[in-house]
Amino acid sequence: MTSSLGRRGFLTSGTLVGAGALAAACTSNADPKSKDAADTKPAGANAAPGKNVTIGFAGPQADHGWLNAINENAKKEAGKYSDVQLKITEGSNDAAQQASQIQTLINQKVDVLIILPADGKQMTPTGRKAMAAGIPVINLDRIFDTAQAYRTWIGGDNYRMGLNAGDYIGKRLGGKGTVVELAGVDTLPLTQDRTRGFNDALRNYPQIKRVGRAAAEFTVQSGQARMAELLQAHPKFDALWNHDDDQGIGALQAIKQAGRSNFFMVGGAGSKSAMDSIKKDDSVLKATVLYPPTMAASAIRIGRLLGQSKGMGDLAEREIPASVTLFSAVVTKENVDTYLPLAFE
Amino acid sequence: MSGPEGVRADAAGVDKPPADERARIEAAADQDAGGGRFRLAELRNLGLLGVLLILILAGALTKPAEFLSYDNAVVILTLASVSGVVTVGMTFVIIGGGIDLSVGAIVALATVWATTQATQLYGTGGVIFCALAVGVGCGLVNGLIIAYGRIVAFIVTIAMLASARGLAINISSGHTQTLTADNQTLVNLGYKDSFLFGRIPPLVIMFALVVAVGWIVLNRTTFGRRTFAIGGNPEAARLAGLNVRLHTLLLYVLSGLCCGVASLMLIVLTGSGTSANGNLYELDAIAAVIIGGTLLTGGRGTLVGSVLGVLVFTTINDIFTLNNLTTATQQVAKGVIIVIAVLVQRLVAERRAGADPT
Repeated sequence: MTSSLGRRGFLTSGTLVGAGALAAACTSNADPKSKDAADTKPAGANAAPGKNVTIGFAGPQADHGWLNAINENAKKEAGKYSDVQLKITEGSNDAAQQASQIQTLINQKVDVLIILPADGKQMTPTGRKAMAAGIPVINLDRIFDTAQAYRTWIGGDNYRMGLNAGDYIGKRLGGKGTVVELAGVDTLPLTQDRTRGFNDALRNYPQIKRVGRAAAEFTVQSGQARMAELLQAHPKFDALWNHDDDQGIGALQAIKQAGRSNFFMVGGAGSKSAMDSIKKDDSVLKATVLYPPTMAASAIRIGRLLGQSKGMGDLAEREIPASVTLFSAVVTKENVDTYLPLAFE
Repeated sequence: MSGPEGVRADAAGVDKPPADERARIEAAADQDAGGGRFRLAELRNLGLLGVLLILILAGALTKPAEFLSYDNAVVILTLASVSGVVTVGMTFVIIGGGIDLSVGAIVALATVWATTQATQLYGTGGVIFCALAVGVGCGLVNGLIIAYGRIVAFIVTIAMLASARGLAINISSGHTQTLTADNQTLVNLGYKDSFLFGRIPPLVIMFALVVAVGWIVLNRTTFGRRTFAIGGNPEAARLAGLNVRLHTLLLYVLSGLCCGVASLMLIVLTGSGTSANGNLYELDAIAAVIIGGTLLTGGRGTLVGSVLGVLVFTTINDIFTLNNLTTATQQVAKGVIIVIAVLVQRLVAERRAGADPT
């Protein structure tokens, strides 16, 4: 028994070490070319270094390319300023965990707190706590329930994203045709807002009919699965709006696998792979509507200004605005080069 | 508590060699798999087949043109192939008395590891080797800790679930890793020009192969019979001389290997690897296995049932999308259908086999 255990043990451990060594060689990822969101710092008086500002950043779990880009954009932007110190938390989708992470930042008495809540409603009490503790809160994207929980909100406009997508499709179809929609997670309010905007835009084109809609889960594999089913359900349609470019990777695969190309596709969010496709013009993807994760970089800039009691240079008012809604531009082959630096991987 | 010698001294007949004991236990297990309980397992499958037929009918009635097309059948089978392969591995583990909650995370880790820049340098061969190696490696870790570390499978595989998912996120830095333009061999397997005879997708062939091999191993080899034995009564199996620990280890390695194969199929389907893959695969697999008639406690089960279970779920999804049902309706309907499926199975089995204590 002992001899066989010894031999087996040697073989097992030898295999493990060998496999481990082999596998360890294969985990490196060349640094993704970080086309930095605005490689230039803003010029003008605000760019000059001022009082040191400690910014706390609490985001959700980065389980999607867009969320990951939020974290990366924040880190990169903070690194550009000598007077900004960034304290970034791990990120969690659990309300209780994120609340405790924010509490840690409050206890560390940061100068400004930037919060992208996993859920706006659930994080509202925590936002109010921070404000009550004298720390100005910048609410990023998913809005809190009450203005008492934040000093400034900056985020995207899901409704307008759908609106712009619908408008682009309507115009490109010349006012008539059939349209299919591949949405993201349906239980999220942002998906519902996008669909509402999309429907409202299409209502301006009475001869355009929405013939199908499926909801994927913002993941590549669910995008592939739902798209494959959608293509079966609708053998002929003229345009497709996909809410999210990450799930669009899967959707494009499904389209190629079905060998269909008799329609055009519009994406959403603005990923690098989507913009590359649009630029190469080698697939049905012809445009995408932005939901820029660079809002994290802007939040850092605003946070820094807030901490230094400065205003936004170009405005007539002396204070930072209470609400900044970013625009969802439509990126097409014609203008893709200007937007590539803002794309997320 | 001593080995075969102790049993032999007490058992009937001093001159009975241990081989006889082993054969007796295995024969009893054989009964479980293919003998006395044979009819019950078959009947459960019949019930599930009935559910599948009802679903096909529903699809045909609501959307005849789209549902009854060959292309749609191909889509359903292709989509079923990924979770189907995972379910095959899960069936073995559950029949053997264990459970593997980490399959989804292993699939994610395998897709991520296989699509890193470094691995892609080794071309398609490297990608395939890496995915399978990661699957087997994780299965090995699971099996070693469960079988030799004597820690409960539930806990170990939950720990693996968290670690594998975390490692996947770490390696990929949260990004979706796509296969580069000169590494498209695997992806091309998903396109129509790779279809066998122009009609049968390679993924479906792979799925069928895995199921066939799995069925043969489970029902026609000693390994399979030992799995039933160990799942049914591990102590008796051990006393009869079966190496329960080694066998348990092998079961988890098998499950890991299936995850590796599934991850390759996922790479074919999506041309990419991401830590968000494999979401809730373990629940889908376990649900399919249970609907298929395998007992969670182990010792009894059928591979055909698990495959039918996977097909039922995939068909449900397809019918929902074809009919433009809202997500809310889908989830409620799925729950209802699962309950009905289990009830129908029970009814068919009980009516044919008479009163059944199960």
